[in-house]
Amino acid sequence: MTEIAFHLNGTPVRASAADPARTLLDWLREERGLKGTKEGCNEGDCGACTVMVTDAGGVRALNACILLLPQLHGRAVRTVEGISGPGGALHPVQQAMVDHHGSQCGFCTPGFIASMAVGHLNGRRDHDDVLAGNLCRCTGYAPIVRAAEAAAPAPVPEWMHDATGAIGADGPAPYAPASTDALAAWCLEHPGGSLIAGATDVGLWVTKELRPLGPVAFLHAARDLQSIARVPGGLRIGAGVTIAALRMAMAGPHPAFAGLLRRFASEQIRAAATIGGNIANGSPIGDGPPALIAMGARLHLRRGEARRDMPLEAFFLDYRKQDRQPGEFVEAVTVPEAAPGLRCYKLSKRFDQDISAVCGCFNLGLEGGKIASARIAFGGMAGIPKRAAAVEAALIGRAWSLATLEAALPAFAEDFAPLSDMRASAGYRLAAAQNLLLRYFHDLSGEAVSVLELRA
Amino acid sequence: MSVSNPLPHDSASLHVTGQARYVDDLPVPAGCLHLAFGLSGVAHGAITELDLDAVRAAPGVVAVWSAADFAVMPDCSPSLHDEPLLATGEVHYLGQPVFLVAAESHLAARRAARLGRVGYEERPAILTVDDALAAGSRFEGGPVIWSRGDPAGAIAGAARVIEGSIEIGGQEHFYLEGQAALVLPQEDGALVFSSTQHPTEIQHKVAEALAVPMHAVRVEMRRMGGGFGGKESQGNALAVACAVAAARTGRPCKMRYDRDDDMTITGKRHDFRITYRAGVDREGRVLGLDVRHLVRCGWSMDLSLPVADRAMLHADNAYWLPAVRIESHRLRTNTQSATAFRGFGGPQGMIGVERVMDHVAHALGLDPLAVRRTNYYPESAALPATDPAVVTQDEAGLAEPHLDLTSRGAEVMVQPARAGGPAPRTPRDISASKNTTPYGMEVADFILHGITADLQISSDLAARQAGIAAWNSRNAILKKGIALTPVKFGISFTMTHLNQAGALVHVYQDGSVQVNHGGTEMGQGLHRKVSQVAAAAFGIADDRIRITATDTGKVPNTSATAASSGSDLNGMAVRAACDRLRGRLAGFIASRHGVDAAEVRFQDGRVLAGTAAMTWEQAVAAAYLGRVSLSATGFYATPKITWDRVKGFGRPFFYFAYGASVSEVVIDTLTGEYRILRADILHDCGASLNPALDMGQIEGGYVQGAGWLTTEELVWDAKGRLRTHAPSTYKIPACSDRPGVFNVALWQGENREQTIHRSKAVGEPPLMHGISAFLAISAACAACGPSYPALDAPATPERVLAAVARARGGG
Repeated sequence: MTEIAFHLNGTPVRASAADPARTLLDWLREERGLKGTKEGCNEGDCGACTVMVTDAGGVRALNACILLLPQLHGRAVRTVEGISGPGGALHPVQQAMVDHHGSQCGFCTPGFIASMAVGHLNGRRDHDDVLAGNLCRCTGYAPIVRAAEAAAPAPVPEWMHDATGAIGADGPAPYAPASTDALAAWCLEHPGGSLIAGATDVGLWVTKELRPLGPVAFLHAARDLQSIARVPGGLRIGAGVTIAALRMAMAGPHPAFAGLLRRFASEQIRAAATIGGNIANGSPIGDGPPALIAMGARLHLRRGEARRDMPLEAFFLDYRKQDRQPGEFVEAVTVPEAAPGLRCYKLSKRFDQDISAVCGCFNLGLEGGKIASARIAFGGMAGIPKRAAAVEAALIGRAWSLATLEAALPAFAEDFAPLSDMRASAGYRLAAAQNLLLRYFHDLSGEAVSVLELRA
Repeated sequence: MSVSNPLPHDSASLHVTGQARYVDDLPVPAGCLHLAFGLSGVAHGAITELDLDAVRAAPGVVAVWSAADFAVMPDCSPSLHDEPLLATGEVHYLGQPVFLVAAESHLAARRAARLGRVGYEERPAILTVDDALAAGSRFEGGPVIWSRGDPAGAIAGAARVIEGSIEIGGQEHFYLEGQAALVLPQEDGALVFSSTQHPTEIQHKVAEALAVPMHAVRVEMRRMGGGFGGKESQGNALAVACAVAAARTGRPCKMRYDRDDDMTITGKRHDFRITYRAGVDREGRVLGLDVRHLVRCGWSMDLSLPVADRAMLHADNAYWLPAVRIESHRLRTNTQSATAFRGFGGPQGMIGVERVMDHVAHALGLDPLAVRRTNYYPESAALPATDPAVVTQDEAGLAEPHLDLTSRGAEVMVQPARAGGPAPRTPRDISASKNTTPYGMEVADFILHGITADLQISSDLAARQAGIAAWNSRNAILKKGIALTPVKFGISFTMTHLNQAGALVHVYQDGSVQVNHGGTEMGQGLHRKVSQVAAAAFGIADDRIRITATDTGKVPNTSATAASSGSDLNGMAVRAACDRLRGRLAGFIASRHGVDAAEVRFQDGRVLAGTAAMTWEQAVAAAYLGRVSLSATGFYATPKITWDRVKGFGRPFFYFAYGASVSEVVIDTLTGEYRILRADILHDCGASLNPALDMGQIEGGYVQGAGWLTTEELVWDAKGRLRTHAPSTYKIPACSDRPGVFNVALWQGENREQTIHRSKAVGEPPLMHGISAFLAISAACAACGPSYPALDAPATPERVLAAVARARGGG
């Protein structure tokens, strides 16, 4: 059965998922004639296609351009057309956008409305974060934020509360194993298959590379893959945990990691992408692995009933090559309960919704004025997320002082020979990585080191 | 009174509900084909092999065309006829369209377009301005040079000589709606829907491609999802492709670029390298200035000549330059053809001289604002110009009839540049007064002394400068910087004859009014402003006015909605039409009520004639029954302007728009990261037609200008491939990049020239307030050491870190 069922603007609908790579955006525009949702970039970076999606886990904003139809089974979708009330009543964020001149050309506006309506429903006041995944080229954002602030106190319109639970879905989700055990069996049967969690990367294989996907399994139905559990010595994070959920879970035990995750892509991407995908993807510039490596995370792999685990850094063998056997998949990652020395620094051209040129994560343990332990890992500095072993060695056992750190700087060149690309030159990467070690010292010494913390 | 009301955008409620339609949203007739281009994979080479069998065999493909399928290749250029729709034998940049696919769906066309096999004999690619200079690859015979006085002598005799250079990157428009066109074949031509700032240009190019007169092509344009100059000429290829495909298949054809294709194919803002040598006295007064612009134009001429001209025309910005030489090299490279972008060269010219002021102040240890004010043009006397508006005849009648005279690129043909080698003009010896620009135009409306003084107070500049200096002395890692920069931007198309506009206004028997004009709506709120003009003329409420889609069948021979001219030109044309209609109504009502026509008043939805009073609707109905024509055209031609681009002399601009901004930033000297903490802007819109819309242009312009100079970096690799071809790699400002504190105010004044309700154009000028953000970053870098940081643009963290190192003397 390759038909899916979900709610669209309050009405149950069915759609063929014969092609599992059909995007919600194309389906809305081409088959439903709902032209309000726009294609701006077709890669999840501009937010013009943002829609509201409700399920048992709550209400979130997602990019329809890289949301594949099978992911919607049993959920409720609301597009800009459904954010106005019955009879055309404007939602408070719509009225505020008119009143505060928040639209100019109007093309990004439906996506902003969707993000704002979701933020409004969830009681969010951190508008810059809520809207970081929506690009506007006309207004300079100021009137949009004014509108979001003005609409915030208004009650949520009754029509915005979509039903949750097994809405409209009277059968199992196609292509979606219902448990981790079922997933493990599927992976054994399809060793060359593709696993799709949030589709924030696979979506681009579809929309940009125009790549045929082959056998696919969607992970969203395997709910047992989405839990965070306290285990001896740490927290075990299921591979299906979204970055948004992880950010919330890390805010207490690992605030530096949570702070890094705030700058992980955008609201829409964080709501879809998973930590398992971020790791398994093996990208040298993913932001999860450097922090996890610096924390001393262990990775849990599963193949059928066979399980093994390893330090996360051991998983990354070479550029886009991981220690993963055919039929094996990332099941979870375990992080320690605390890492008070952890600091995570992300360097990119733009603060929000950008990919790291360099992501440096530092976790030193101090005892009696000396550096007792050191875990330092970088993204963007090699073909894999990589520990700075030589730098660590140059630090351990030495006095905690600026002089010690400065003396360790030459060791960076032993650990890393970064590339030049469109994000930064090799020279900048190396110099900035060294400087991040100095920043770490000043940061722990209580000096102001982040431009993000200053106000005029 | 409708004018000056802060009414919302006329489509605001359509925008927020998703009901506003763009080209790709229009319902299409059955059988519509979808087009995609196959693109060149090399930057320069001869095509030796073209195997399209796999393309033809791909699912859903209906037709495939390449150069071999055309006896005469349609052209897409707005100037030199140097842009074949499909490459003919040779490719000139990586991304140039080589073949065209028509398929049953957009996705099928995109998939098929990747299956073409093209063989090339590669040729050396000229990618940089240095490559182009070395190879002598340029447009026009040599550099264009305008000069005044004896700059070399003035520099030689000056107390100090300051010299340097600045790299200024280009900018991708990143209109949220990509390029798109839809053509419905007609029995005798084509009906074109195009996301274009220039419907008449589309009409002209489609007619030329179909070999039909322009009357056989109608172009309709309701709205664009952003333009910013990127839809002045860059939409030609899509419309022409659709028209040709529709003519050959008899089916409707639609084409829209995927974002990566859009960024790979289309032109961007010109990047510049500006070198300067200034001779100054001890107060920082510029005595002589020698400036050189190296302009990277890309593979075809497009609009590069007037862009480069406008850069020269803003090389003075707000400053009196007694002796000056401006040399402009328009270099041809194997890259996308750089095109119009908000400011049209003006921003690049302006940042050049702002850099000079900053450098001079640093070298002399003076306050940069003091140096700027020392060099300002003198404040003009506060007398409004009272000359009656005079309609001038343009002089373009000598051009050949096939030329598209409505394009800014046609300038090259109306006034052909001298062929064969450099042609510097002999330095003119004009005994200019201190309010004369290098190109001989009197600056008769200079108000920047007042604006600057007001902004200094409202932004609390002096106290903040002191506070920042103290803060910097306490902080080793983070440093703050602040800068105030002025803007003086010339308003008018430099190609004089484009400064005209038409309108067609219908009053229907129920009193509702339909207004048509030649301007296009791309988000700037032009239609709202124009409807306010019409409502004011008739004394009726704005909701009685409807502005239709721009339509070449209603108003012909339109100029591009560009050069900030939209409301100036079309507002006047609409008012002229409304005045004619009002005159007819007044005459009719007056004769019925025995009063003089001049005594008939139109206000508050009523028409008053002596003791008689009636509603607007009653008056209109009576006029209809009285067989009065209720439809009229209007026309406007900007007076007073005259410009000789070859000589570089005249009055190219009707007036100047002014403003100033203060930006405060903080940088991280370890990483080069930065934040704009606060911006204060005071901007001159004359007597604003709509303060809310004008504020929107100013806020949005600042952020877009700051983006150009900070995070927006275009990177090409050594093969000429643009590596930043999607928002994943090309970073326009995001929400949190706007200044944390953002104070924008309108200067209270009115245009001294007789513009529409004494307003001023506002589209482009605010973009240049972004220069203050760039120079604030430079100031923060300068706070790190004794040397001049010589920051290049865009000021990415990497460039900022390099500038910090230079300031410390390490580079």
